[in-house]
Amino acid sequence: MSVEVRIPTVLRPKTGGQAVVFAEGSTVREVLAAVEAAHPGFGAMVVEASGALKRFVNIFLDDEDVRYRQGLDTPVPDGSTLVLLPAVAGG
Amino acid sequence: MEVPTEIRRAMVAHAHFCYPEEACGLLAVDEEGRLRMAYCLGNADLSAVTYSLEPEEHFRALRHAEANGWRLGGVFHSHTHSPARPSPTDVAQALEPDWLYVLVSLEDRDAPEVRGFWIRDGKVEEEPLVASTGEVMEVSQ
Repeated sequence: MSVEVRIPTVLRPKTGGQAVVFAEGSTVREVLAAVEAAHPGFGAMVVEASGALKRFVNIFLDDEDVRYRQGLDTPVPDGSTLVLLPAVAGG
Repeated sequence: MEVPTEIRRAMVAHAHFCYPEEACGLLAVDEEGRLRMAYCLGNADLSAVTYSLEPEEHFRALRHAEANGWRLGGVFHSHTHSPARPSPTDVAQALEPDWLYVLVSLEDRDAPEVRGFWIRDGKVEEEPLVASTGEVMEVSQ
């Protein structure tokens, strides 16, 4: 089984233009690492060098913000969907 | 682009409601690119000079739009004391080349100004907004 990852417009240049990719992993961090392995350069847009989720990226796992669960260490059940949303802001 | 009267009214009402802080929200478009919904959302910054969408509300709006066969196609926010044009901050933080960026100015609170723009690669291009009276739904969250 794999996890569906929905890619926002701003990150699609890193996934060859794909809006949806599929990846394996048992945690959010592992799934993102698998996407990075398939699409080098993707990971640095989403995860800090320190290993933390970038502040301007939000990830929803099956309708819940992973920041309110275990962050990147949140377990990801088979067949789940991760939705990546960029922060929308301005002045 | 045509802006249904109800959507314009919702954006302006939200801007007044949030004043003196900036108001913000998302816009849904149908498969033909027509504006169908204004989601009047909270400003996580609670600020008169900046805005950021609450991620949870952004996600719920996305889900609602998709459930109706639409997509998120724009964002609106208010300027409380400046014209309805994207600020340098707006341009720097605009990430969606396919989104319409709508500005609601309350510089003159008795005569709000609503204008739309595309922001691509740091370049701003105005999209003329035309009032329409098409029937739409409208929600506030």
